[in-house]
Amino acid sequence: MAAASTAGAVELSRDTLLEMYERMVQIRIFEDLAGKNFAAGLIPGFVHLYAGEEAVAVGICSQLTDNDYITSTHRGHGHCIAKGVDIPGMVAELMGKSTGVCKGKGGSMHIADVEKGMLGANGIVGGGIPLACGAALTAKTLGTGGVAVCFFGDGAANQGTFHEGLNLAAIWNLPVVFVCENNGYAESTPVRYHCSASDIANRAGAYEIPGVVVDGLDVFAVYEAAGEAIARARRGDGPSLLEAKTYRFYGHFQGDQVTYRTAEELDQYKQRDPIAALHVAIVDRGIASEDELATIDARVTQQLDDAWTAAKEAPFPELAETLTDVYVRY
Amino acid sequence: MVAAAATRTMTYQQAITEALQIAMREDPTVVLLGEDIAGGAMVDHLVNDDAWGGPMGVTKGLVQEFGRNRVLDTPITEAGFIGAAVGAAATGLRPVAELMFVDFFGCCMDQIFDQGAKFRYMFGGKAKCPVTIRTQIGAGVSAAGQHSGCHYSVFTHMPGIKCVIPSTPADAKGLLLSAIRDDDLVMFFENKVLYGTKGEVPEGEDGIPLGVADIKREGDDVTIVAISRMVHQALSAAEALSAEGIEAEVIDPRTLSPLDDETILSSVAKTHRLVIVDEDNPRCSAATDIAALVADRGFDTLDAPIKLVTAPHTPVPFSPPLEQFYVPSPERIADVVREIV
Repeated sequence: MAAASTAGAVELSRDTLLEMYERMVQIRIFEDLAGKNFAAGLIPGFVHLYAGEEAVAVGICSQLTDNDYITSTHRGHGHCIAKGVDIPGMVAELMGKSTGVCKGKGGSMHIADVEKGMLGANGIVGGGIPLACGAALTAKTLGTGGVAVCFFGDGAANQGTFHEGLNLAAIWNLPVVFVCENNGYAESTPVRYHCSASDIANRAGAYEIPGVVVDGLDVFAVYEAAGEAIARARRGDGPSLLEAKTYRFYGHFQGDQVTYRTAEELDQYKQRDPIAALHVAIVDRGIASEDELATIDARVTQQLDDAWTAAKEAPFPELAETLTDVYVRY
Repeated sequence: MVAAAATRTMTYQQAITEALQIAMREDPTVVLLGEDIAGGAMVDHLVNDDAWGGPMGVTKGLVQEFGRNRVLDTPITEAGFIGAAVGAAATGLRPVAELMFVDFFGCCMDQIFDQGAKFRYMFGGKAKCPVTIRTQIGAGVSAAGQHSGCHYSVFTHMPGIKCVIPSTPADAKGLLLSAIRDDDLVMFFENKVLYGTKGEVPEGEDGIPLGVADIKREGDDVTIVAISRMVHQALSAAEALSAEGIEAEVIDPRTLSPLDDETILSSVAKTHRLVIVDEDNPRCSAATDIAALVADRGFDTLDAPIKLVTAPHTPVPFSPPLEQFYVPSPERIADVVREIV
């Protein structure tokens, strides 16, 4: 177990650490259950799971409030949970139920909760990047003190929106943190093929903003690097690009046969499971006992079981809902 | 009379794969570009093999025969690779690019409509752009708001673009061959719900000409013009109506641009009634375009108002009951026919 590598320089309070642990466990169990229930036919459409990448969402969003914004991706469940979106509402959304956070109209790829500053998962690769610039422009113009964090994958770093967004953020000195979750693959295509840069963070240099690579499996490292970028944005010192090297434990989507990765590669990363590493760090440092963590695990398991039970029992939306919410007024 | 080609039963997906294979064998300038159309680029154990063969497996197996120099995996950069396909088409290649879902046209539309579609006109007829852009359309698999649209009406609106909307495996093969061989920019709209559907497909290398509608069912009482998957919904409705003594003629335009005006007008002249079934959104659409055609040039032949059965003016909802409500059903089509017969 790679506990040593997670024993980062950041000193966090017990409450913060346990909250972060709980969030990461929530994401993991949420995703494992989503995978199982997708296979059981309970989730329509496409599902892209975030398991393995929890340290990124949680290491960053634990430093944000509802006054801050995030934009997300098709692999967005982890970002939602880390930003505090209602979990039972998310489960119901996956099932297309009326009690879903988007009334069942968006589904997995479009979960959003604007009140929580969660501006949506996104079905368009790179679609969230300019939106984050816009959210940061709002925060700056209205003087809210908020920042925008823009999550996107390695695949999105090749889209025009990435380059246009970084340039805009730089010239307008926007309070935005661009977070590239580099999990090694854009769908089935390895980053070493699809991307000209050995580190995507290098692309920050073209826009003369800070670019940092961080171990995305190490929640302490993510927390520390993001903390600096977020603080810089809050101070009015402008945008940063953070590249978190991470890994997804599942395929691109559920149903992907994942022939482009080897079992050995997956196993190597599972040896570095970010939740297991945090678990060991917490226990080794005497912050909490095994029993206390087991209590958290059990609480989250119960919470997710209850959420699934409620979602299964909830009604689908009325057909008339098909025609609503297109405009504010028409 | 030429003897009809022998046929085999194939899926819509297999028919498309076969057309791509024929086109690549006959013309070395045909290259494929798209996101994960092979998949697994630079993966050691997949040097001459594919990981995906496209998200739906439509291009599976082609990299084994033609290699990665002709089956090009691209980064997720629609403006980049669609534009490169357009540029390559203008300079001597005959690319077939895959826009994974038509909804992604927003990421690359400049390269399609402002560049490729206008080259020939703006350059005084001195350029051509023989590119085919294959893309997936349609609701029905809960792919939600950004992966379920039809949007062929948007492209039909634009001069310089040809629009092909096959509804059967045979049409998919024949029309794709013609699209690839065509010297203009062609959008080829594959309905994701139809990939697994089966039909008889001719052997051989013949294309089906662009701009020729197909009468999928003959009838004297009402003309139903239906597009893509809606052809099948209309045929189901026609069967139900037949039991009531109403014989519908179902016309599949097969291409929206060019549009086979004469087949539609002739049919309406015979039946005196027209229902148009279109899964695209209803404003400024293929449906309204065909309605306008008949109102303009066939008004005197009509005995009843033209009726449209379309998706509503909304994005595609995720929740399955809502999505089912969104897509025109055989029941809705039959009800509308009954209103005017």
